[in-house]
Amino acid sequence: MTTAVTPRPPATTRKAPARAPRTARRWRWQRAATPVALVALWEISSRTGVLPEEKLSPPSQVLRTGWRLAADGTLATHLLDSLTRAGAGLAIGAGLALVLGSVAGLLRIGDDLVDPPVQMARMLPHLALVPLLIIWVGIGEELKITLVSLGVFFPMYFNLYAGIRDIDERLVEAARTCGLGALARIRHVILPGALPSLFLGLRLATGAAWLSLVVGETVATQSGIGFLMMEAREFSQTDVVLVGLFVYALLGLLSDLVLRIAERRALTWRRGLRAT
Amino acid sequence: MATRPAGDVVTATAVRRAFGETAVLDGVDLTIGAGEVVALLGGSGSGKTTLLRILAGLDPDATGDWRVRGSLAVVFQEHRLLPWKRVSDNVALGVAGPDVRRRTAAALAEVGLAGRERAWPAELSGGQSQRVAVARALVREPDLLLLDEPFGSLDALTRLRMQALFGRLRAEHGFAALLVTHDVEEALLLADRTLVLDGGRIVDDAPVPLAHPRAPDDPGFGTLRRHLLDRLGVPAAA
Repeated sequence: MTTAVTPRPPATTRKAPARAPRTARRWRWQRAATPVALVALWEISSRTGVLPEEKLSPPSQVLRTGWRLAADGTLATHLLDSLTRAGAGLAIGAGLALVLGSVAGLLRIGDDLVDPPVQMARMLPHLALVPLLIIWVGIGEELKITLVSLGVFFPMYFNLYAGIRDIDERLVEAARTCGLGALARIRHVILPGALPSLFLGLRLATGAAWLSLVVGETVATQSGIGFLMMEAREFSQTDVVLVGLFVYALLGLLSDLVLRIAERRALTWRRGLRAT
Repeated sequence: MATRPAGDVVTATAVRRAFGETAVLDGVDLTIGAGEVVALLGGSGSGKTTLLRILAGLDPDATGDWRVRGSLAVVFQEHRLLPWKRVSDNVALGVAGPDVRRRTAAALAEVGLAGRERAWPAELSGGQSQRVAVARALVREPDLLLLDEPFGSLDALTRLRMQALFGRLRAEHGFAALLVTHDVEEALLLADRTLVLDGGRIVDDAPVPLAHPRAPDDPGFGTLRRHLLDRLGVPAAA
């Protein structure tokens, strides 16, 4: 995690410093080569009829469709619905995980009462609960939000619990000798100490949220990116299906990026030697 | 310097602590006067740290009577700084009052770390971290300082500097201290009185009648050193 800045060794010849950036540039170019080649291959196969249009649209077609859906507002409407579901599920799942994880992590009685059932429930693959959830909450918005909440809850709970449990007891003792009461110890020692694990949990939870949303939105939905894809499937519009797939991928990528930036800001101290 | 309460800062009688069947402390009596520095020596596992933790209020399972009058601060063998707080926030942890910043800066200056308020603990060397830990204790203006082998994990040169620093701070602030150590020379350099803990009891209680500043080649130092080593069961070199 910690990236120490190693001082650049003094250049012995004039060539030495020039070599480093060139290697870096070639390296980046190499890493981009395969994806670009694959996309080109895909486009060429579609154009020449090797890949039939009804099985897989060419990337140029996917881009055009994506632009069309974005321009006429269809994409925005469905995206908003999907984001609302993900947001609601994330809030409920994360909220529950924060409360139960703290209770189990901080209190012995909480650990005894809360942790065993959660550990047992963890073994159930939450996506396999869909049939049961349909009976319980119906096929409406509740189903999607419940599914996302379940997906979010477990990684958040386990990482928070482990984060609290892993805090160095000696630091808590030192805080006690500094006159900190129980609440102040939670605020100054336990919460910041558990924050790295909490961030890890949040990143895993967001991944689980998108996954749960994909599954949830394929069940009797009238809106959302998943609905867009299922509807397109009925008309064999592979370009729309692909647009939906890429939107899901972008959502995952963006949310992870945002969390990573937030993490870097909140955990400046972990950068150690690099921070000023 | 603030006025100190007269009389003893620590009075302890018949302190006992057992881990399972083994009694680590088996009836320890201890008094520390105001401003008195007492070194507590003993082999490893003799219960030195246990006694210090009891006085620090970190051991709920000990029995006996003990009282600490006035304020107390602890310096552990490891620095125990919170890695997510900057140096100044570590020093000021749990300190209330209007001029915390000024007092924090003053304490850091006293340990030779003026201007390092914004540093993270991860950026400090072992000796610097330990000095921050000393500043964290000092800023509380304690009547009693409990030190658990505070310089034990430092290299020999840093340890000598820290011992000199301790001597200066003690002369300046006049706190009482219980210094747990296994280093006989350190005890004789810094303490007014030495105690030897063995078999769960204090078996030796001897004053150190040497003038400050002290050095290991002072006359009388060798005799005291020999006496303590005898008490600690270290035979004289053949």
